[in-house]
Amino acid sequence: MKSRPNWPAGLFALVWLAIVVGPLLYLVTVSLRSRAEYLGKSAWEIPDALTLDNYVTVLTGNFSQYLLNNVIVTVATVAIVVLVTVPAAYAVVRNTSPFLQRGFTLLLMGLAIPAQATIIPVYLMITRMRLYDTLTAVILPTAAFALPVAMLVLVNSLRDVPRELYEAQAIDGAGPLRVLVSLVLPLARPAIMTVVVYTALNAWNGFLFPLVLTQSESSRVLTLGLWDYQGQFGTNVPALLAAVTLSVLPIFAVYLIGRRFLLSGLTAGFGK
Amino acid sequence: MSSQRPSAWYAVPAFGFFALFAALPMLLVIYLSFTAWDSLGTPQLNGGENWARLLDDAEARASVWRTLVLMVVSWLVQTPIALLIGVWAAGKQRSRAVLSSIFFLPLLLSTTAIALLWNALMEPNFGAFVGGPLFLGDPDIALYTVVLVISWQFIPFHTLLYQGAARAVPPSLYEAATIDGASRVGKFRHITLPQLRYTIVTSSVLMLVGSLTTFDTVLILTGGGPGTATRILPLHMYITGFKGFEMGYASAIAVVLVVLGTALSLAVMRWSGFRSMSSQQEGS
Repeated sequence: MKSRPNWPAGLFALVWLAIVVGPLLYLVTVSLRSRAEYLGKSAWEIPDALTLDNYVTVLTGNFSQYLLNNVIVTVATVAIVVLVTVPAAYAVVRNTSPFLQRGFTLLLMGLAIPAQATIIPVYLMITRMRLYDTLTAVILPTAAFALPVAMLVLVNSLRDVPRELYEAQAIDGAGPLRVLVSLVLPLARPAIMTVVVYTALNAWNGFLFPLVLTQSESSRVLTLGLWDYQGQFGTNVPALLAAVTLSVLPIFAVYLIGRRFLLSGLTAGFGK
Repeated sequence: MSSQRPSAWYAVPAFGFFALFAALPMLLVIYLSFTAWDSLGTPQLNGGENWARLLDDAEARASVWRTLVLMVVSWLVQTPIALLIGVWAAGKQRSRAVLSSIFFLPLLLSTTAIALLWNALMEPNFGAFVGGPLFLGDPDIALYTVVLVISWQFIPFHTLLYQGAARAVPPSLYEAATIDGASRVGKFRHITLPQLRYTIVTSSVLMLVGSLTTFDTVLILTGGGPGTATRILPLHMYITGFKGFEMGYASAIAVVLVVLGTALSLAVMRWSGFRSMSSQQEGS
């Protein structure tokens, strides 16, 4: 059965398209304008020439340092989260001890803890551990707050594995470690991908923990670096927007390569 | 066969890590709310002083009020748009697939990037709306401007939730309604909306808790200003603690934040019968 086109909805979608695309277009086009063009002409006028100077300005500054810090924080956070949650999810699904089940329930309650409410005690702990102003200070709480969603996603996926598969492995005499490597890891791969993307996005875009736990330029991550540019560049908005554009490029690349994984990571624990 | 099962030790690193960096801070913040601490020395217990002060603090009350306004208005703006666009994007037509892949683009930007972009857009002298309202500079509309930016950022996420849920609605329901001669609006009201009710609950909880804990967006857009026009509760906590160096008092504000967040999630779920939903799903 062919349905007739829905004109009002289509029109609404087009209006929404303009609202979504307009600011993004502004972001890219202004980043390609010279400063003089930006100050001298309206945003709606077509510029005489486009330039990559702003990108040069940004890339010759501290941007690469911030980017490197961001990569370190993101990779380390993802590594910690995957390393601790995969065995834990396996144990929660296959070991019925009440200690584990209660622990898992407590962990899920962590979904309701707003990170904002913990920054003061986290700051206290990090300074007492003499980790203030290091990347480790950012990595530890960022990873901890990714754990509840990661566990939820992994446990849900492992619960779908038929019991017979585990039992067949046991009959073959495989110990838990071998089951983990040869059965759990391959079967949980899509769920692990979701966890990786979810954790990586959180770490990559993190703002709050770096804000209160770091200070110096050498441990500054990209989000704080961008914010700092706003003050540093002043009216050089094209350079600021070039930096913003550059910060989005890595995620945009991931979106192009694996849109499905990116979207599943974004809705981890909530989507279907 | 039980020896073949993973021991509980497999879970200890994850649980321990979470206990140390997420659960312990939750307990510590309650303790700190009963102390005086300037962020350098050692926290000193000072009884219920912070709490007594909080009850009398007009600025804190005002920031709770602003937070509530932000929550309600962002829910009212985001829910209808996300619902309509999500249901529309769930259609199988090629044009809809292409457009919805564009609709999700704001999801790729960090909160920081979005706030900086909108700061540039709304810059009064050189931005995209020169000659228009002052937006962030006008105390009367600054908070609503913040809502616009938050909505631009998060509607795509909720659209994604609704799109997924709308695709899961059994087509047979629509076919039966079509045979019965139901109009498009009728189908939306009597099939789509009821079928999406649990997604509406999930999305609303995420939205409300998300607005309650909004922080980066406002810090970057306005820093709480002009004056204190956009100083919402999390920002009030941050400024009190990390700018005013009253960490004990800020901890009391943080506890309020946790209580509000938990109460809110529980209330929405209770009110909407979220629990009966999970049992239904298990049964199916």
